[in-house]
Amino acid sequence: MEIAVASGKGGTGKSFVAANIGYAISRERETVLVDCDVEEPNLHLFFPGIPSSVPVTTRLPVIDEDSCTLCGKCASFCRYGALTVTQSGVLFLKDLCHSCGGCEIVCPSGAISEEESVIGRVDTLRIPPHLTLISGILNVGEIKSPTVIKAAREAASGSPLVIYDAAPGVTCPVVETLSGCDVCILVTEPTPFGLHDLDLAVQLAALLGVPSGVVVNRSTPGADEALRFCERHELPVLLDIPFDREIARIHNRGGLLSQVDTAWADTFRDLFYRAEALSEGGL
Amino acid sequence: MRICVTSKGTDPQDPVEERFGRSPYFLIIDQKTGDWTAVTNPVAAEVGGVGPRAAQLLVDNGVSVVITGNVGGNARTALESAGIDVFLIRESVTAASAYERYQKGSLQPLY
Ligand code: SF4
Ligand code: SF4
Repeated sequence: MEIAVASGKGGTGKSFVAANIGYAISRERETVLVDCDVEEPNLHLFFPGIPSSVPVTTRLPVIDEDSCTLCGKCASFCRYGALTVTQSGVLFLKDLCHSCGGCEIVCPSGAISEEESVIGRVDTLRIPPHLTLISGILNVGEIKSPTVIKAAREAASGSPLVIYDAAPGVTCPVVETLSGCDVCILVTEPTPFGLHDLDLAVQLAALLGVPSGVVVNRSTPGADEALRFCERHELPVLLDIPFDREIARIHNRGGLLSQVDTAWADTFRDLFYRAEALSEGGL
Repeated sequence: MRICVTSKGTDPQDPVEERFGRSPYFLIIDQKTGDWTAVTNPVAAEVGGVGPRAAQLLVDNGVSVVITGNVGGNARTALESAGIDVFLIRESVTAASAYERYQKGSLQPLY
């Protein structure tokens, strides 16, 4: 069972929901929580501890100037524009390279070799008794989020229950996280401002064939635009979390609501069961 | 010297194309003979890396100056390292008149 927690935009409380649902269900079964917001991972803030780290690398071409004849074959092969051959040498634009390895093959002079380059890491933290937190972390200045997300997903593969905290928005990294999931929990605020983004996220999940349901966070009485939006789009509302100063206080000092308050832990566990039912077509 | 103007068409009277990498045509003027040649940009409609790939095309055509409206970051790096000077034309005029302004020295160099 793989569940993605996503949101159309940032700041909706997506990580708050992911951390709580993960913690709550781990009281009953072995659970892996994966932070796929690799540019700004934050789930580890809820679970202090020292993780074990594995580096994430990509392969990048390195050009040996002495054997390069400036023939231009590598540049005409590269579909991504990562190589430009000029009179004075070969210019390599790292951020455009997709690590396909093709330039090494087409170079007639053997001037290109590949080198492993570290772009981030995957941290794993065991939280006894039944929770494992896996965090994908992209190094500052790097752009290949999907590679790090893939590595984080691989580290979790084989586990019977995995919950992913996706990056905010509707981008490549979110597609990478959502693909192949059984169900998607979309976290939104009750205001009309986030609804356009929510709509995009709903469409993305539908395109990927992932059923989705909504959690409305920080709802206040009377502000029911999100609820009406869900009704119009026949989206199941899985949970409505009211705005509450006590919840905000616990959250702001880095506490985990489900850990502090068992009633909330039960609520988040029920959220899990509703999501599971949704994935089986039972909502 | 060979000068290039990014253009929406194949004729000097066609309007300048403001986007460098996405320009459908590159009009190349051979200053020795005064001849204009149109080169189709094969990467104009591709998804990624069009800037540097268009720059490569200019390198391969022996161009030393390009006149265009706008150059992206990667294209700029590629053009600069290839030693190709870039001059920016802000108004939508014909390729011929953009070239004229370049000759008069009234265009802004990018770097
Ligand atoms: S590895 Fe592939 S994408 Fe990267 S520079 Fe070589 S050909 Fe281009
Ligand atoms: S294909 Fe090899 S020899 Fe030719 S330009 Fe590229 S690196 Fe140099």
